[in-house]
Amino acid sequence: MRRTRIFASIIAASTLILAGCGTADETATPAPGASGALTPIKLQLQWFYQAQFAGYIAAVDQGFYKEQGLDVELIEGGVDIVPQTVLAQGKADYAVAWVPKALASREQGAGITDVGQIFARSGTYQVAWADSGIKTAADLKGKKVGNWGFGNEFELFAGMTKAGIDPGKDVTLVQQQFDMQALLKKEIDAAQAMSYNEYAQLLEAKNPATGKLYTAADFSIIDWKTEGSSMLQDAVWANTEKLDDPAYQQQTVKFLTATIQGWAFCRDNAEKCRDLVIAKGSKLGKSHQLWQMNEVNKLIWPATGGIGVIDEAAWKQTVDISQTTKNQTGDSVLTKAPEGLAYTNDYINKAVEAAKTAGVDVNGTGFAPATVTLEEGGA
Amino acid sequence: MRRVLSVIAGLLIAGLAWEGYKAVGNPEGTVLFGVRVLPRADDLSMPHLATIADRLGAPELAGGRPVWQVVLDACVFTLGITAAGFVAGALIGLVLAVAMQRFRIVERGLLPYVILSQTVPLVALAPLIAGWGGVVMPPWATVAVIAAYLAFFPVAVGMLRGLQSPSASGVELMRSYAAGWWRTLVKLRFPAALPYLFPALRLAGAAAVVGAVVGEISTGTRGGIGRLIIEYSREATSDPAKVYTAMLGAALLGLLVAAAVSLLEVPLMRHRRHVEVVTL
Repeated sequence: MRRTRIFASIIAASTLILAGCGTADETATPAPGASGALTPIKLQLQWFYQAQFAGYIAAVDQGFYKEQGLDVELIEGGVDIVPQTVLAQGKADYAVAWVPKALASREQGAGITDVGQIFARSGTYQVAWADSGIKTAADLKGKKVGNWGFGNEFELFAGMTKAGIDPGKDVTLVQQQFDMQALLKKEIDAAQAMSYNEYAQLLEAKNPATGKLYTAADFSIIDWKTEGSSMLQDAVWANTEKLDDPAYQQQTVKFLTATIQGWAFCRDNAEKCRDLVIAKGSKLGKSHQLWQMNEVNKLIWPATGGIGVIDEAAWKQTVDISQTTKNQTGDSVLTKAPEGLAYTNDYINKAVEAAKTAGVDVNGTGFAPATVTLEEGGA
Repeated sequence: MRRVLSVIAGLLIAGLAWEGYKAVGNPEGTVLFGVRVLPRADDLSMPHLATIADRLGAPELAGGRPVWQVVLDACVFTLGITAAGFVAGALIGLVLAVAMQRFRIVERGLLPYVILSQTVPLVALAPLIAGWGGVVMPPWATVAVIAAYLAFFPVAVGMLRGLQSPSASGVELMRSYAAGWWRTLVKLRFPAALPYLFPALRLAGAAAVVGAVVGEISTGTRGGIGRLIIEYSREATSDPAKVYTAMLGAALLGLLVAAAVSLLEVPLMRHRRHVEVVTL
């Protein structure tokens, strides 16, 4: 009697522990392709809603996904949310992620495939003061160089290596926060910045000396695209295993078709897309958001091979840098060439065709970036 | 009245210290042997209190609601999460403590894991729990789970000590009355545990706030003060005062929770004198 009571309470206690700690629930992704009803789809974004994801937001808002029979739910990221992991665990159907980081996750066993390279170009800059004389990667020698780490630093390291600088010896590396205060306070000589975000923040800050906003003339930019060490960034990733399923294949083409429509819409209606992002509750100001929209458009358009089609040469450059460039701790992104289906143009090509048939301009040859005036604090 | 005055005095001193340091501190910070020992006192790092107050009154975005409203709303949201996490954590902690007191084998088997649970980094735990959002529970509840995960620990450990605190003579007295386990628990052990419970609850309250704020930052859950801190800190380059408004909100939240927990004590601690007679 006493013994059974003890065991009963042990079981009770362990249930409590399980309830307290718990294990991740496996959530089955709903079978796609159900006729009539919309197929629910989850897209994991990298970060909070901002114009970087405007194409997806617009595709939801303008009903492009619905036309394809998809009910797409966008999931915001967070500090510790890794989109490609969420995708590999089956908690999302697709994810937006940078290529090098996603490839690193692949090497650790995440079964994911790049099915659409939405951003054809990299938006990473290294920004310095104009009067510092830093204009190219070679000028960084002997300087204090800020970098974000966590896999965001490899374009910088590859660029410095290419310019004949040993990142381990010839520069002082400083771990940088995600704001640009360190550069403004001149704690560092050059700071990492995304063209569509941190660089804009600099131009939204007031210069205490003049009482006016800083201008582009105050800074000089090292653009990794011109230095030849840029890597591919935002791409749509799909679950490799599920790509064997014809229903998921079809769904992927449909998803990409509507995504293309969304991005084409934002190219032609930048201000409308800014408003959509703001309506989603972004805390970034209006002018900042429009700047971001414009810069993001520059990373996509013009797309000579069609938006999202993976360029062999750019892919190779990304993989090469991932394998050969070492960061300050001596790690490279990848230890060996990606195995299996790391990327495929099968679905995006079909999607581009489908979008073209529907009358969407998938190349944006005539795209001309706008000039956006930033207000103080991005307001 | 004296308490209110002392709180106001404390705030005044903190404010004076801030502005005082700004007045005398080196704007470039003080660096000793290559290590910054004192922070920078410039406006970018430490905005004037008046600037922060101004920012609280100004609209968050052009034409939007004033910042103080947004911050207050976020505080209320996070307070809800904290409360849910605190209550759940405290209950789990209580039940665990009772189970551990009742069965030594449970104590031996469980206590190491209870302690181990707090060494798991939140960074590893948060994405796992965030995955439940929208599937098993609404997204805000996943943050409450994180808060509860941090809050149950002090209650479980403190309450266990409390339940074991009655002297042997007290327990024997209960036995001589033929009181069963339940009776002994309710009449003797619970009242005796109260002085242990309240410090534990205060710790749990603080842990729940930390859990809720960090959980929000970690999982990106929308609506609360943690998310607001992260969103405003992104704008620290051009609007350094803004992030301090969110931090003020977080501090306010901590004070609110601490006050609420100490209010819990008032009705329950009246029993205490009565208890001491029994235990001694």
